[in-house]
Amino acid sequence: MTALATVTPAPVSVNRRLAAGAVLIAFGLADILIFGLSAHKGDATFALALPGASVSVPSVHVPVAPVSFALGAVSILLGVTRAAIDESALARRLSIAVVLVSFVFCLLCWADTGGWAGGISVNVVSLLQNTLADSIPLILGAMAGCMGERSGVINIAIEGQLLLGAFTAAVVASAVGVLWLGLISGSLAGGLVGLVLALFAIRYLVDQIILGVVLNLLISGLTGYMYDRLLVPDANTYNNASTFSALKVPGLGDIPIIGPIFFDSTVFLYITYAAIIFVQVGLFSTRWGLRVRAVGEHPTAADTVGIKVLGIRYGNIIMGGLLAGIGGAYLTIGSVGTFNKDMSSGLGYIALAAMIFGRWTPLGATAAALFFGFTEALQSFMGSISVPISPFLLGMLPYVATIIAVAGLVGRVRAPAADGKPYLRA
Amino acid sequence: MSDQSATASAPDPGPAPPPGTGPAPGRSPAGALIDAVVQGSPAVVTTLAIVLALVVGALIIVFSDPDVLHVWGSFTAEPGIALSTAWHSVATAYAALFEGAILNPHTVAAAFHGGSVGAIFYPLSQTASQATPLILTGLSVALAFRAGLFNIGAASQWIGGAIIATYLGFAVSLPPVIHPIVCLLGGFAGGAVLGWLVGELKARTGAHEVIVTIMLNYVMYNLLSYVLGTPTALQLPHQANLISPNIDANAQLPHVGGPPPQVGVGFLVALAAAAGTWWLLSRSTTGFEFRAVGANPSAARSAGMSVGRTWVLVMLIAGGLAGLSGAVTIQGTFYSLNFQSFGTYGIDGITVALLGRARPLGVVLAALLFGALNAGSTVMQAATSVPVDITEVIQGLIVLFVAAPLLIREVFRLRQARAGGMEAVAKGWNG
Repeated sequence: MTALATVTPAPVSVNRRLAAGAVLIAFGLADILIFGLSAHKGDATFALALPGASVSVPSVHVPVAPVSFALGAVSILLGVTRAAIDESALARRLSIAVVLVSFVFCLLCWADTGGWAGGISVNVVSLLQNTLADSIPLILGAMAGCMGERSGVINIAIEGQLLLGAFTAAVVASAVGVLWLGLISGSLAGGLVGLVLALFAIRYLVDQIILGVVLNLLISGLTGYMYDRLLVPDANTYNNASTFSALKVPGLGDIPIIGPIFFDSTVFLYITYAAIIFVQVGLFSTRWGLRVRAVGEHPTAADTVGIKVLGIRYGNIIMGGLLAGIGGAYLTIGSVGTFNKDMSSGLGYIALAAMIFGRWTPLGATAAALFFGFTEALQSFMGSISVPISPFLLGMLPYVATIIAVAGLVGRVRAPAADGKPYLRA
Repeated sequence: MSDQSATASAPDPGPAPPPGTGPAPGRSPAGALIDAVVQGSPAVVTTLAIVLALVVGALIIVFSDPDVLHVWGSFTAEPGIALSTAWHSVATAYAALFEGAILNPHTVAAAFHGGSVGAIFYPLSQTASQATPLILTGLSVALAFRAGLFNIGAASQWIGGAIIATYLGFAVSLPPVIHPIVCLLGGFAGGAVLGWLVGELKARTGAHEVIVTIMLNYVMYNLLSYVLGTPTALQLPHQANLISPNIDANAQLPHVGGPPPQVGVGFLVALAAAAGTWWLLSRSTTGFEFRAVGANPSAARSAGMSVGRTWVLVMLIAGGLAGLSGAVTIQGTFYSLNFQSFGTYGIDGITVALLGRARPLGVVLAALLFGALNAGSTVMQAATSVPVDITEVIQGLIVLFVAAPLLIREVFRLRQARAGGMEAVAKGWNG
């Protein structure tokens, strides 16, 4: 099993090495030429505590131009190394991380000193808080993807699961008035989509990628229809939910910097922690997880030793759907309270990309989802201080990054061997 | 595709063909028809899928109608009234749908009493107009399917084509006949570049086209917002909204044939593209290579074909067709690029291609059906306040059922015969 679980180290061709090096160097040049040279005089200020926090943490001041030049030089150096020698996978990933973090840091410094913020300094704590909040549906969606695909069923319907979860949670929470019931029914709605997906994929052998796209379309139509028919005419009854309020973890929540970021949020964030641990430990450290991965890699062999292949697949898809449904519920009763047409707006597809980015591992997918969540938080931050970069151009960044990533900057990825193939007993 | 269709036929191979397989010699046409129905040929499965989808759509309409729900509260007391209210709810909605899409009896009656004859054909002209962009995006997705690629990116390619065509339409001055042709070619090129990028990335790096096209959709969506919100790019001067100027009258596609309502030249362009795609797929060496690569890339490679080059070429043409859809929509219907003209043609192209079983003629028929649903739904919403989104539900259901012939057989108790599944199959991540 271990041989199947490890990712085969792909030989890196010289062309790809040069291309990847060039991309890193381009980022380094951007640090120097765009942010370093055009930065305004003075220091950028990073606040490390929320306004009104009980424990005050001094803000950090950074001289913009010298730091941008230094980080740019480091990025270029890493790019040259990447192009010149065949690095190990770990070194490749580390260098990409360093270059990206440097780029974002320079961007923030540049934005902070530009004077658009009206003297407001960049609040690192609130930026990271928003990052985690924006990542919740992405992480839960990516966990749903991992659950399904590790057992051999491709789940493109994450988008639909988020959307139906959001819709159901809003309607139930509004009509009944109990937020927890909204959360549970949102989760069940995601599970229902999972059941339909599993039924059509496993029993009726429908091509899974096509099936997912069609389900998304269907759910978009269905929720849009119900929205116009039911929610708009009677918004007070059906689309007027309150939202979960933040729940501070005693003790942990009072730690400066870390506390407000990780331990002072709605119940959704804590469910997300639990989901990550559940999927990671479940898939890689339990007997059940071993069976799931066996079914995803070689269903015939799994069947031979008595594992119920179809049962595992049904169970995993539905459980994944329950998680994605919670992610959907977050969109309404976890953040804004009201449902809007197509409000998942592609988050499910981003979750799918995060799962592939993370090489079908829960922790990798979480890291990728956090990256996407950060770009979202960064985008809304840039919008709020009216930086003279179009929000639409910033909005392209995560998608362009995904294309670059799947095109091999982080090496080839390999899905579970039986992913997407229906299993039929011979 | 090959292993998929092989597995799909596997569940009940049947040692001997069941009696009555294939049209037996000497049977009457009626007998042959009954055979076709009972065995569930692709055409029959499609028809039954449409029927089933309309039935489910009717149930949704009934159980979301406040009037119906009100009388059903007292179902046990007065079942007759409850049922008739439900029937009325569905009948008026579907009747309005039909009148908006195909034929309104009132206009026929009016024509006999000296009204306009042209008005009779107005619903059909609306259907054709709605079907035009769908034919082109449907062809785009279908062509890629035949080469084993799933092009979810018709929306991005539509945007690419529409941006170029709109720009050429208002920023350049050209004589009448030349101008629209230049815009159409520009639209094709705008989509083709994006398609080419997808094919090139897949051929060179193995990046899966599903992920790349989904991501490109969002990139292009943002780009569209950006160019429409930037006065130096495409935004109409002195406007706060995201909207482009109207294209020149010279660049617009005219309507032709008889008194109004007429058929748009865009519709003819779409039909010509369908004919061209048919020729390419069925009559040309290139098309043979497309299909060979789609059926079995390894075998195609062994036979000396360049699989990578085929992927690049097929995505280039598929992107071009979707780009052409963008150009035709702007030049023939809206004359201005904005989010209303953007619509949902890219995603709908997928359902059209699936319903049309990835064949050009099937795509045209499917696009006409969906065009009719779209045209009719607007009339339906106005007449009965059933929201237009119901057509999206019905379209999704039709495709879901068509993609699951086993389900249709089960529901309608058809005999298991040939595995008349989808021609179109997307390959998993490792494929």
